[in-house]
Amino acid sequence: MLTEATGQPLDRVDGRLKVMGGARYTAEWDLPGLAYGALATSAIAHGKVRALDIKAAQQAPGVLAVLTYLNAPRLQPMPEKVGGTLFRGEGGITETLQPLQDATIAYAGQPLAVVVADTHEHARYAASLVHITYDEAAPELDRATASRQTLPEAFTGSKEEPLQVTVGDPRAALAAAPVKLERVYESAITHHNPIEQLATIARWEKRNGADYLTMYDTTRGVDTLQEVIAASLNLPKDNVHIICPFIGGAFGSKGWLYAPALLTAMAARVAGRPVKIELRRQDMFSTAGQRGATRQTLSLGATRDGKLTSLQHDTQAQTSMVSGYVEPCARVSRMMYAVPNLGFAHHLSHLNLPSPCPMRGPGETVGGWALECAIDELATELNLDPVELRLRNYADKNPETGKPFSSKHLRECYARGQELIGWAARNPKPRSMREGNSLIGYGVATTMYPAARREASARATIFADGRALVQSATHELGNGAYTIFRQVSADALALPLDRVHFELGDSALPKAPTTGGSATTATIGPAATAASQAVLSALKKVAILDKKSPLFGATEDAIEARDGRLVRKANATQGETYEAILKRAKRPSISAESTTKPGDEREQFSFYSFGAVFAKVRVDEASGSVRVAQLCAVYDVGRLMNPQTARSQFIGGMSMGLGATLMEATHYDDRNGRAVVRNLADYHVPSMADTPDIIVEALNIPDPHISVQGARGIGEIGCVGTPAAITNAVFHATGQRLRSLPLTPDKLLKALAS
Amino acid sequence: MHPFQYQRSESGSQAVAIVAKDSDAAFIAGGTSQVDLLKEGVHQHSLLVDVAGLPLRQINDFEGGVRIGANATNTEAAYYPAIQARYPAVSEALLAGASVQIRNMATMAGNPLQRTRCPYFRDLDQPCNKRTPGSGCAAIGGYNHVHALFGASAACVATHPSDLAVALSALDARVQTTGPRGNRTIAFPDLHRLPGTTPHLDTILEHGELITSIDLPAFAGRSHYLKVRERASYAYALASCAVALEMDGAKIKRARIALGGVAHKPWRATPAETLLAGQQPTEKLFQAAAAAAFADAKPLEHNAYKIPMGRNLLVRALLETSGLQPLQGPAGTAFAASVGGMAGQVATPN
Ligand SMILES: Cc1cc2nc3c(=O)[nH]c(=O)nc-3n(C[C@H](O)[C@H](O)[C@H](O)COP(=O)(O)OP(=O)(O)OC[C@H]3O[C@@H](n4cnc5c(N)ncnc54)[C@H](O)[C@@H]3O)c2cc1C
Ligand code: SF4
Repeated sequence: MLTEATGQPLDRVDGRLKVMGGARYTAEWDLPGLAYGALATSAIAHGKVRALDIKAAQQAPGVLAVLTYLNAPRLQPMPEKVGGTLFRGEGGITETLQPLQDATIAYAGQPLAVVVADTHEHARYAASLVHITYDEAAPELDRATASRQTLPEAFTGSKEEPLQVTVGDPRAALAAAPVKLERVYESAITHHNPIEQLATIARWEKRNGADYLTMYDTTRGVDTLQEVIAASLNLPKDNVHIICPFIGGAFGSKGWLYAPALLTAMAARVAGRPVKIELRRQDMFSTAGQRGATRQTLSLGATRDGKLTSLQHDTQAQTSMVSGYVEPCARVSRMMYAVPNLGFAHHLSHLNLPSPCPMRGPGETVGGWALECAIDELATELNLDPVELRLRNYADKNPETGKPFSSKHLRECYARGQELIGWAARNPKPRSMREGNSLIGYGVATTMYPAARREASARATIFADGRALVQSATHELGNGAYTIFRQVSADALALPLDRVHFELGDSALPKAPTTGGSATTATIGPAATAASQAVLSALKKVAILDKKSPLFGATEDAIEARDGRLVRKANATQGETYEAILKRAKRPSISAESTTKPGDEREQFSFYSFGAVFAKVRVDEASGSVRVAQLCAVYDVGRLMNPQTARSQFIGGMSMGLGATLMEATHYDDRNGRAVVRNLADYHVPSMADTPDIIVEALNIPDPHISVQGARGIGEIGCVGTPAAITNAVFHATGQRLRSLPLTPDKLLKALAS
Repeated sequence: MHPFQYQRSESGSQAVAIVAKDSDAAFIAGGTSQVDLLKEGVHQHSLLVDVAGLPLRQINDFEGGVRIGANATNTEAAYYPAIQARYPAVSEALLAGASVQIRNMATMAGNPLQRTRCPYFRDLDQPCNKRTPGSGCAAIGGYNHVHALFGASAACVATHPSDLAVALSALDARVQTTGPRGNRTIAFPDLHRLPGTTPHLDTILEHGELITSIDLPAFAGRSHYLKVRERASYAYALASCAVALEMDGAKIKRARIALGGVAHKPWRATPAETLLAGQQPTEKLFQAAAAAAFADAKPLEHNAYKIPMGRNLLVRALLETSGLQPLQGPAGTAFAASVGGMAGQVATPN
């Protein structure tokens, strides 16, 4: 009897390929006749192109074409919505600027020309020869004085994500509260910085007299990109084919900004050859998205015994002039604590900076940081243990909607996390612990993640040689998708793992949403299972009608799949292999497709994952350096599909959260809006020496309502919570509250001097 | 990247001759700095003369000290036993810099000749007098978090990023060169210039002048290097310092101090050196020395934090070098140099 593959800590099925260089990433595809594109970008952040002198570039060796707004193909406007997600307008997710359509400049680094040449080097050199002059206008770079400020209604247009909400009367409750606290928290612009830079290859062909476009792209949404490209270029959707079998990390980028892909398609059109454009690392700081800076005000009212009576979370977010994207910072505040009077607001300023987009834990990472720091400050104010304060405000139902949580075991997370870090052994008094040159501190934060699930389709095929293939247009971005969906499919097909393949990353496959929002497991898992069950059902029908089959004449209900065979439930010896059925029917294969989506349960329950993060830090007072001595987390994320790939997701997310806390920031020159730091030597992400041996445990309690698998997503929860746990530990170590991310030595020294 | 010719040199004199007669030509050794700047378009050399193959890789005992060939890699020098044992500041500075991969390529001549990490220097769309003389200095009035406290000018406020250079300055290393006008010896503290009105010139080397070796003079005291950075590894110094102490019984005979990350060159803290000479080492004395070292600091808008950081760092370096406080890791390793240590339960291995 086969043991269930789902839930096993299996190695990544694509691990060897990746390590051996066998996994082909977008920029590595080679097509016959491939030409190379390079961007010339805007030096200024606001104004118009006065003149573009492209003569020198055109005459440079190997140059095939130069595209500017004067000669580039015309594009249709960015669609209003794609797949139900709002693209345009306040709260919309994407940059609406269609590249090379006119002379206006919205941010520094905006692409203004594409040079196509026979080699990568020729293209980049020629791009450096494009000479642009400008009619410069003063850029708007200050959130507070920006001339365009709005109050977006909903994040990405979703009715579940209102951005301006009041429950009860938080203002009056705050005024009446015996204990009040109002604090302002600020976070810096950060960048996703995946190892793999954005890249696209575009090839045009005529098929049956019509234009047909094939694109290899680093996208994590082949279907969404297909729609955007088709709409922008005015092509039938079926004439656009997007391929992306591997992504070298995305973290929120590579989903919602389309200029590089559109530019490549246009360049290939004009050059009459397939063209590849791979962004330079420098360009990743302007055309690949970012997390915008925030300024958040948390106002808490509580009773003396620590019951929250009022919680108001107001965010000032920022976006570009050509996007309505807003960092939805109240995502944690709106659901975490049992508070009768709850309000949140989001205020958006449009600036001459590059467009932001989702970044791991959009809203939750920096919004949760502010909330969980404020809760820690309240605990200090009340002289309560920070865990105890959280327990006193434990929410059994969603405070905004009143719906019960589908499955919540956060108490266990706090309890186990305290054991792991040695919480009880610490001296709770701030600035009371030392080791050598260092002050020692412990901190805690609650973490969460919305457990989204979306509609998706999958197709399952069983071949006459006994192998099977399951396909869906989802993505592998290091998340382990190839591995866990093979596990899920193998179980549903009752086949051993090595006989099942899972394919993804191709717009020709059954439809799947853009991979994001930690929704992939809960979205694709059920679709793969349903398609597998559907193909088995089709196979049963073949056997039932086949006189020579031992299953002839049985009802479908009386048959089950077991160890690669269909057998009678009543007598498992009566049955046969899938191969036998197909061979006798002279069918090379049999397929079935299924579409699954969340249902009524979404109306009944509030779906979230939870967790508790604990940190121990060392602070070197003389230099202001913070090192994380210990980082532990206990998560309640439903059932784990694969504890090993899950652990990688958790520790990856926590490392990223650690980076956001201690070192990550992109500075823009406040005179001209240019990114000052644009490389990975000066933009710091955590090194191995910055990350302790991270301890992660998951409760592994299936969520009875989310899906057949009982698994909620885990891609982002690690990043959320970690910043507040570390920041609160720095307070415990030093007695100083730092309310500005990242906690770099200069800020520590300033705080410690006061 | 600007197109360029590439040529391997057969001898030092040939390399010098080729570069000297072509104002757009330059040497390349490990390439870790040169190639980066070529790719950024900051350097637009027409000809690169590769000197990495020249037989200048030996490290030898020399006149009671150590002679380090220009082409010895940063890794080779850092682990050379006589250097690690007798000049730990050099090994500590090297091993606290860059990454293993880069140190394996980087050469001892190339390292002190790397160029500033002023971010504006690398952005062709920003003014920068160092890159484009006369264009202005974007860092003044801009984001000057990593910039200078000492010796800056109205033309440039950049700092020199090399860790090694700071240690070599404190040890009064000597640089041997061969150039179009023959051979010469340069005292290390004289190698780099202050920006003045010519920030495009980092050093006093002539165009085409080739470093052949770096000599560590005989030294019987203790040396030590400390570095603060924004991440625990693989980051440039926000501030650093190298200390070389020679004792006469219980008293300090001579102290030499170079500060890193605070000026266009390793900054010798002469007032502090003078103050320490002939004194009994105490924490109080070291605090006075640190105060003296930073008395003339002139902060910009975003770098005033370097003053308390630099002072604290110098006090600690003096305490650790004099033995009043233990080193934070074995002498001659990155652990001794890295302020804050590593993440994890144990900051540094012993
Ligand atoms: C990501 C990154 C991080 C880094 N971090 C640090 C750090 O933390 N601390 C630190 O100190 N350094 C750091 N470095 C810099 C590194 O140490 C230098 O790039 C390296 O030492 C340069 O040596 P090279 O042999 O590669 O020089 P090259 O790049 O080959 O040359 C550098 C310069 O020296 C000149 N040159 C080379 N050899 C000679 C010679 N014999 N005579 C005359 N001129 C010569 C070249 O013309 C060129 O101008 C870092 C570098 C990178 C890329
Ligand atoms: S400080 Fe020096 S290197 Fe930096 S912008 Fe000014 S001139 Fe250029």
